[in-house]
Amino acid sequence: MTFIAKPKVVHPSLPRNVLGLVRRDYEGALSTLCAGCGHDSITAAIVEACWRGSIEPQNLVKLSGIGCSSKTTAYFVSGAHGFNSVHGRMPSIATGASAANRRLTYIGVSGDGDTLSIGLGQFCHAVRRNLDMLYIIENNGVYGLTKGQFSASADIGSKAKKGETNFQPPIDPVLLAMNLGASFVARSFSGDKRQLVPLIEAGLRHRGFALIDVLSPCVTFNDHEGSTKSYAYTREHYEPAVQADFVPPEREITAEYGAGEALPVTMHDGSRIMLRKLDEAYEPTDRAAAQARVQERLRSGEYLTGLLYLGREGDADGARPEFHQINGTPEEPLNSLPYEALSPGSEGLAKLLARYR
Amino acid sequence: MTTNRINDFTIKIATVNGTGSASANTLLMKSIFRSGIPVMGKNYFPSNIQGLPTWYEIRISRDGHVARSGSVDLMVAMNAETYSRDVKEVAPGGYLVYDSTWPRPALLGRGDITVLGVPLARMCNENFNGVRTRILTKNICYAGVLAALLDLDLERIRELLAETYAKKPHLVDSNMKAIGLGYDYARQNFACPLPLKVEKMDRTAGHIMIDGNTAAALGCLFAGATVAAWYPITPSTSLMDAFKGFCDRTRIDPETRAKRFAFIQAEDELAAIGMVIGASWNGCRAFTATSGPGISLMNEFLGLAYYAEVPAVVFDIQRVGPSTGMPTRTQQCDVMECAYASHGDTRHVCLYPANPEECFYMAAQAFDLAERLQTPVMVLSDLDIGMNDWMCRELKWDDAYRPDRGKILDKAQIEKLEKFQRYLDKDGDGIPYRTLPGVHPKGAWFARGSGHSQYGTYTEDSTEYQIVLDRLMKKWDTAKKLVPRAVIDATAGGDVGIVSLGSCDSAIHEAMAILKARGVGVNYMRVRSFPFSEDVERFLAAHRVLFVVEQNRDAQFRALLTLETAVEKSKLRSLLHYSGLPISSSFIVEGVLAEVLPTPQPQPKDAGAACSAERPDRLSGPAGLPPRTAGGTAT
Repeated sequence: MTFIAKPKVVHPSLPRNVLGLVRRDYEGALSTLCAGCGHDSITAAIVEACWRGSIEPQNLVKLSGIGCSSKTTAYFVSGAHGFNSVHGRMPSIATGASAANRRLTYIGVSGDGDTLSIGLGQFCHAVRRNLDMLYIIENNGVYGLTKGQFSASADIGSKAKKGETNFQPPIDPVLLAMNLGASFVARSFSGDKRQLVPLIEAGLRHRGFALIDVLSPCVTFNDHEGSTKSYAYTREHYEPAVQADFVPPEREITAEYGAGEALPVTMHDGSRIMLRKLDEAYEPTDRAAAQARVQERLRSGEYLTGLLYLGREGDADGARPEFHQINGTPEEPLNSLPYEALSPGSEGLAKLLARYR
Repeated sequence: MTTNRINDFTIKIATVNGTGSASANTLLMKSIFRSGIPVMGKNYFPSNIQGLPTWYEIRISRDGHVARSGSVDLMVAMNAETYSRDVKEVAPGGYLVYDSTWPRPALLGRGDITVLGVPLARMCNENFNGVRTRILTKNICYAGVLAALLDLDLERIRELLAETYAKKPHLVDSNMKAIGLGYDYARQNFACPLPLKVEKMDRTAGHIMIDGNTAAALGCLFAGATVAAWYPITPSTSLMDAFKGFCDRTRIDPETRAKRFAFIQAEDELAAIGMVIGASWNGCRAFTATSGPGISLMNEFLGLAYYAEVPAVVFDIQRVGPSTGMPTRTQQCDVMECAYASHGDTRHVCLYPANPEECFYMAAQAFDLAERLQTPVMVLSDLDIGMNDWMCRELKWDDAYRPDRGKILDKAQIEKLEKFQRYLDKDGDGIPYRTLPGVHPKGAWFARGSGHSQYGTYTEDSTEYQIVLDRLMKKWDTAKKLVPRAVIDATAGGDVGIVSLGSCDSAIHEAMAILKARGVGVNYMRVRSFPFSEDVERFLAAHRVLFVVEQNRDAQFRALLTLETAVEKSKLRSLLHYSGLPISSSFIVEGVLAEVLPTPQPQPKDAGAACSAERPDRLSGPAGLPPRTAGGTAT
């Protein structure tokens, strides 16, 4: 836990984004998590991505379930509404909220217990609905608040702090989301900000469901020898496969990318994702190939990271209609429709009742 | 049988489900309704798609009684599997129509009823082709037989068929052909019409025949609800189907084809209520419809909505429990579950509609209450109201209505605030102010189910926690002033009363008329909401003996009254009906008469004091015998 209160004064030299806001404007309450918790790094990455992306604080909606990870929505963008719901049920809150106002940007923060155990059903269905949101899993393989039980993402052979070994196979959210048709599937590591920040930026802009599974070690209950989710183990076994840089519409692509080195993918709002392969064999826009490669590397105990699958418009099995397109809702948010546009009035009632007379 | 049975009898039709009998039954009921005679239709159907027994009951009542009558005057026995029990059910002097293509003299051996055999299958086989067509026309054919026996107007029937098959006119002719077969056979072979017959009246003008789920869906439409999330469950599904149907007709932009509603089939009830809460939190009017098992699953989220103070509207179309129970039978068995759904100190506003008309108005009211009070509002209908056809007054809508969105601060109001404090009781009514996402960064707040202070911050401080919990109780007191009053009929005078809720209403009215004719006057209070308002307390206090009529085994409503009012337990006598069939007036009459002696010559000075004080040993309640029940006596 951080005990030092931050000063309110903003130094004039601090860099400002397009909206004229400084990074501090995207911070939230002080974290109450353990010192060194991976989740706090992810919070910092979210702050950075929101600032860089010039998201208006009030247009961001923060959603979470229950657990250490779910607490973190209080620790960033205090000018945004937040909903810390019940365990494993954040996707349904997000679905309703999105139905009511499609113009806002929805970010859900969850954990491996919240998503892969108690909330597995809701998670799967949010992917199926292609809900327009960024869903971040802060994945540490362990239940922290209840002191160290295995979660459903714990690897076979992984040892708990108290010594017992896990024999059940893990549920991998990346493979699961690819399987269920998600069009933006990424994995990252809380210790790799350079990779994580642009992924969050891109995920926030992606139309439809975007998943980032972030390996985020639990310093208190799962950072020991024998754990496959410790800092040491993760650093050794994570393998960046695809670097995705995010380029907002207003910024030009710099010469940094030589021809053939990066694959630019234009998003619906004009921003671009520059996909750079770090693993030659990897195909980030081919769902089946990506799935096969991720699975193959997982079998050898290696976590491929980066933007592992990006479904493009026009690709077979690529981008699908998102939730609002499926439902045929109007461009203007449902919560802004005037009552007059919703009620058929007394004359309309008389007509509707004709068949009941 | 009494002498005059014109426009006063009950028909029951026993068929096999999935054979198209529903259209024949609706046709019969509707033609009687259109002839100006009060009528009701109740469907007793199995939890099954095809092949199991199903019954439809049509009660024709010139006096306008729309409860289940409890006896059958004319049985149409179309299902060989249930012949024996169907025959037994016919009242002495009644009639039985059956398909005599296969004569069954042994089964039908009852001397006190008239058996009318009609070779329905044979006639249809001779006149129609195709197996399915023959099965369907056989059912329409019995409608023709009844038309002749009861003297129904054939023109009305043709008119209804023409409306039903407006887009397939050839079906009107084939249906009329089947009707004609039955009609002619009956006229040629029986003395038509029977003494049980229908004569034109003018008592249905200004009325409609509608089920409660359709009416509730209309209420949601007119309340301006835009997000409907649900998981299919009998008997609530038709509410959602109706809502979607009405939205498809009235909410699709003619130019863009955009839908001004979101209709979301959730993965389960947990998700359905989550979606409703998410949408309501974000400024839409949102609702779900479910039944008891769904409420069980929604408990956790309902507690969150109560504590985080998020509006939600939930329709509970009650069915028989416990557990899966009997999904296609009716009960009022979720009274307790809904009142205190979820763990911790949680309580919910409940509305108890008695018929489809109230389903319509209470649906709209539920949204106003949920938003005004920032809390879930549960509307407790049941299968009997929700899925059966009820005659009720034509629904009206006041075009001056505008939704009460409650205390939502807009951008300008937030701008003026120094600081927004979510759970502060600024007005002294226990209702705080709320803001919506996307409006102003200063209005941001964090909804949570964990302990919070009146300023909306996380807390584990006892005092801060208790301030919010006590303020919620203050809000509850405010709710008492806003919820619908009880409907009280104290015209009988005296100190004996009936207290009830919801769909018992029509049976109680009929029972009161019967009791009055027998010299027993009782007052009646129908409670329409929880929390109970002051008038409830006054009525309870003013009576010496109170019959609490409800449709469950455990006297849940009585328990709620004893928990939440000052009433003395010993005054309350339970009349409990929980067979799964709708309550009938005879059950109530018998229950009351078992405790209260008729006054042969009413004393002018004390006309209402009809209670028997000298027979306390026969009274139920904690000091007396067990309550009278109708469990297991399905009739």
